[in-house]
Amino acid sequence: MTAVIETQDTTVAKVGPPLLKVEGVKTYYGNIIALKGVDVDVYPGEIVTLIGANGAGKSTLMMTIFGNPQAREGRVLFDGRDITRMPSHEIARLRIAQSPEGRRIFPRMTVLENLQMGASLDKLKYFNDDVERMFTLFPRLKERLTQRGGTLSGGEQQMLAIARALMARPRLLMLDEPSLGLAPLIVKQIFDAVRDLNRTEGLTVFLVEQNAFHALKLAHRGYVMVNGLVTLSGTGQELLANPEVRAAYLEGGRH
Amino acid sequence: MSTSAPARPFEPDFAAAAKDAVLSGVIALGIFGPLVGLRTTQNMSNQLIVESHWGLVAIIVGIVAVGRFVLRAFVFPRMAMWKAQPKVESTAEPSFLRRNIKTIGLVFLLFYPVIIVSMLGYQQSIKWVDNFGIQILIYVMLGWGLNIVVGLAGLLDLGYVAFYAVGAYSYALLATHFGLSFWILLPLAGILAAMWGIILGFPVLRLRGDYLAIVTLAFGEIIRLVLINWRELTNGSAGISSIPKVDLFGWITFNVADPNYVGKVFGLANSSAYYKIFLYYLILALALLTAFVTIRLRRMPIGRAWEALREDEVACRSLGINTTNTKLTAFAIGAMFGGFAGSFFAARQGFVSPESFVFLESAVIVAIVVLGGMGSMIGVAIAAVAMIGGTEILRELSFLKVVFGSDFNPDLFRMLIFGLAMVTIMVWKPRGFVGQREPTAFLTERKAVSGSLVQEGHG
Ligand SMILES: Nc1ncnc2c1ncn2[C@@H]1O[C@H](COP(=O)(O)OP(=O)(O)O)[C@@H](O)[C@H]1O
Ligand SMILES: [Mg+2]
Repeated sequence: MTAVIETQDTTVAKVGPPLLKVEGVKTYYGNIIALKGVDVDVYPGEIVTLIGANGAGKSTLMMTIFGNPQAREGRVLFDGRDITRMPSHEIARLRIAQSPEGRRIFPRMTVLENLQMGASLDKLKYFNDDVERMFTLFPRLKERLTQRGGTLSGGEQQMLAIARALMARPRLLMLDEPSLGLAPLIVKQIFDAVRDLNRTEGLTVFLVEQNAFHALKLAHRGYVMVNGLVTLSGTGQELLANPEVRAAYLEGGRH
Repeated sequence: MSTSAPARPFEPDFAAAAKDAVLSGVIALGIFGPLVGLRTTQNMSNQLIVESHWGLVAIIVGIVAVGRFVLRAFVFPRMAMWKAQPKVESTAEPSFLRRNIKTIGLVFLLFYPVIIVSMLGYQQSIKWVDNFGIQILIYVMLGWGLNIVVGLAGLLDLGYVAFYAVGAYSYALLATHFGLSFWILLPLAGILAAMWGIILGFPVLRLRGDYLAIVTLAFGEIIRLVLINWRELTNGSAGISSIPKVDLFGWITFNVADPNYVGKVFGLANSSAYYKIFLYYLILALALLTAFVTIRLRRMPIGRAWEALREDEVACRSLGINTTNTKLTAFAIGAMFGGFAGSFFAARQGFVSPESFVFLESAVIVAIVVLGGMGSMIGVAIAAVAMIGGTEILRELSFLKVVFGSDFNPDLFRMLIFGLAMVTIMVWKPRGFVGQREPTAFLTERKAVSGSLVQEGHG
C-alpha cells in the first residue's frame, strides 16, 4: 500500500542570507576522504533534502555540520557564524538539533525522560508546553509516555528522536534518514509532521534521505550527493523530473 | 495470549543424569586429583616430600558427581518447566515488604545497635556492630559512591580504591602530624579525593568501556605503589599507626584517659563498645548522605546528564550536554564519597597501610555495584549486605571444621565463595538485584488528566 505524500510547493522564497551555509567542506576519516568539497545552503523556512546512495557521505556531512568529525577544509556557517571548529555541544546550543542516523534515543530512559533530555538547554522552562506540543504532533508518544525508549517500535523511536530534537526549540532541524526501515504509513505520518512544522512554525529542516521519492516531494529544494561530492541540485520538483535522478534513485525504487 | 501448553508431567531422565554425573566426576578427579590430592611439604630433615590426600579428593569428586546428578535429574527440568510457563505479569500491588523496603531498612539500620546491645550486652555487641554493621556500611557507602561513576555515568572505574586510599591517608597524615580533628579533615579528605578524581578524569575523557577500565585499574595501582614507595611521607608498607579516634565535636571523646571520656560523662563502665556504636552511626550518616546526594542529583540536570551519558555519549553532545564536564563531575563526586569513606576507615582502624588498598578492594566494590543492578541504590545496598555480610558470616561457621577437619580455615575460602555467589547471582539475575532503573521524570499535576494513559505504560 502506497501512502500518498503531497508534493511540496516551491513558492518559499530564499530571503536573506542562508541559515546554514556549507562551503567547500572536506572531511576525512583518518587518511580517507569522505567529503571532497561540499557546498550546501539552507535558507530560513526551507525544507532542504540531501539524497544519495549508501556510503555517499550524507551522514558524514550531517555529522560534520555538528562538529564531529570536524571539516579539515572549508567552512560551516550557521546564521553567519563560523561553527567549523566548535565542539558539538556548543553547536547544539546555537539551536541546531538533530535526529541522528540510528535515532540514538536513550534506551533505558522513558519516553518522557528522553523528551526531558531534549529540553536540557532551556532548563525545562517550556517543558510542559512543549511536551503537549509533541503529543499533538505524535499522539503515539503520549500513549507510550512511561515506556522505556528501547522497547518502542522503530517508528515510535523515530518519532521520539524527532520530538526529542524539537524539545530544544531548534532553529534548524536535521534529520538523518528518518524513513529508514519504517512502514510507508509511518513514513507518511513522520513526513506529514515535518511538513506541518515547516508550514505552521516556519521550521527550517535539513533532511538526509535515501528514500529519494518521498524526500524530494517533501522538500523545497534538494541536493544529490555521489561519492562525497554534490553532483546536482534544484527544487524538489526539478530533481523529481530529472532523468539522471529518475534513473539512479527513482526507477525501480521502493516507492 | 495464553494458549499455554498443557503442563507436562515432570519426568526425571535418570540415565542421562547418571551419564552426566560420571562425566563430571571424572573431570573433577582430573582437576582436583593433582590440585588437592597431592601436596608437597617438607619433612623433619627439610626434604621435599609428597603427601597424598585421596580421601579429600574422593569427597570432592563425590560432591561434584552427586551435585551434577541432582542438577541434571531434578533442578534443570524444573527450571525449564518454569521458563516454559507463560509469564503472568502480576497486576497485584507489590507486597507490603517490597513497597516499604526503604523505610523498613532504614528503621532497622537505625535500631540495629540498640537491638544487638539489648540482646547481647555491650561487650558481646562489639563483633556484630563492628564486623557486620560498620564493615557492611563502609561497603554500602563505597558502593553508592562508585555507583555514581559506574552505575549512573556508565564509566567503568576499576581503580576506585585509589580515592578510598587518598581519603584514608589524608586523614591519617594530617591527623597524626597536625592533630587536626576528624570533622575538619573529613571534608578536606573529600575535597582531596575529588581533586584526584578530576586528575584521573582528564586523561581518560576520551576512553570508554574496556580501555577506561584498564587505565583506571592502572591508576589504582599507581596510587598504591606511590604509597608503598614514598617512605618519607607514608612510611611505606609499614603504614601509619596511632591515628587519632573520632570524637563527638570535642564534647565527648572515646579515649579512656580523657576527662570527657564518654564513660565518665555518662557514668558508664569503660567499654570499647561505645566507640563502635558511635562509629556505626557515623558511617550510617555518611552512607545516608551519599544516598541523599545521589537521589537529589539524579533529579537535577547533572544527574540526568550522567544517565544519558551512560546510554549514549554522541546523543548527549548533540543535545547540548558538555560531556567533558559531565564525566569530570561524575569522577569528582564519586571520588569525594570514596574519600569520605577512606577517612572514616582510617579513623576506625587507627592504622592504614597500602595493604588495605589493593585491586581486590576495587573489584569487590565494582562487583557490589554490578550485582546491585548498575544504578539502583537499594540493589547496591542489598549486594553489599549479601557479599560482605555473607563472607563475614563465613567466619562464624565453625561447623565447617567438623566437616573438613580442624585445620580447615573458612576464611581462606572467602574469595571462592564470593566468586561462586557472584556467578550464581549473575545467572539468576543477569541485570543485578534491581535491574530496572527508576524513572526520575513524571508529568506534573496539570497533565494528570491523562492519568489513565500514563498507567497503561506499566502493563
Ligand atoms: N567512522 C568512520 N570511519 C571511517 N570511515 C567512515 C566512517 N563513517 C563513515 N565512513 C565512510 O565514509 C563514507 C561515507 O559514509 P556515510 O556518510 O555514512 O554515508 P551515507 O550516510 O551517505 O550512507 C563511506 O565510505 C563510509 O564507509
Ligand atoms: Mg547515512
